[in-house]
Amino acid sequence: MTQDIKPRIRLPSQIKPGEVIEVKTLVTHDMESGHRRDAAGKLMPRKILNKMTCAYNGRTVFEASLEPAIAANPYIAFFLKATESGTLEFAWTDDDGAVHRARQAIKVG
Amino acid sequence: MDSPLRPDRRRLVLGATALSAAAIAPLLLPKAALATPQAAAELLQKLVKGTPRQGRVRLQAPDIADNGSSVALAVAVESPMTAQDYVKAIHVVADGNPSPGVISVRLGPENGRAEISVRIRLAGSERVIAVAEMSDGSLWTASREVTVTVGGCGAG
Repeated sequence: MTQDIKPRIRLPSQIKPGEVIEVKTLVTHDMESGHRRDAAGKLMPRKILNKMTCAYNGRTVFEASLEPAIAANPYIAFFLKATESGTLEFAWTDDDGAVHRARQAIKVG
Repeated sequence: MDSPLRPDRRRLVLGATALSAAAIAPLLLPKAALATPQAAAELLQKLVKGTPRQGRVRLQAPDIADNGSSVALAVAVESPMTAQDYVKAIHVVADGNPSPGVISVRLGPENGRAEISVRIRLAGSERVIAVAEMSDGSLWTASREVTVTVGGCGAG
């Protein structure tokens, strides 16, 4: 069962070569912590995105391990030195093993 | 030892046993009990080797969060982020959640700036701790107390 996590990635509209830019990411996911109980009082099993990575033209530039303490619909932002145009490739790994991928073109100059 | 002292001593020993059991319980049942400052410190010891010094890390979070299920957090580390001198990793833990871990990120000179923003869950009023690991192996830390009006774990 692969759900759609609807990745949304935002970069500045204009990027100068060498500029340090903020990369903002937002996905849709319950991030079920494993600590909540359902209506019947049964503990709901943990199901979160436990890892997120970003590669810039094939080179990993950001890697995050996520715990249940990350809020639902994870918003994660980081910085990146924009040296060249190309592609940012994102991947979020779910507890169920599914890997959700997204690509974002980056235009520098 | 005269007899009037004995019951007292027994009570003392029993009390001490109960106390240490209470201290160990969160370690044995990490999901049933809330994390303690001690559990948070132990997790940090697993994540980084050594004792971090205060400084170079700036932790931004609201003093009072109305809703613990989504609290904006930003961690920035002072670093030139050059190939010789950069931040390798940032770890964030919270000492009052069901488990202390929050997020760990790996960074490098290609980031240009050692700063992350994320929205986190806080079960109640608790301390959030960030530790930065530098390329030279030094460790820096900052922490911040966040007061939470409505906890964010049971409610989701």
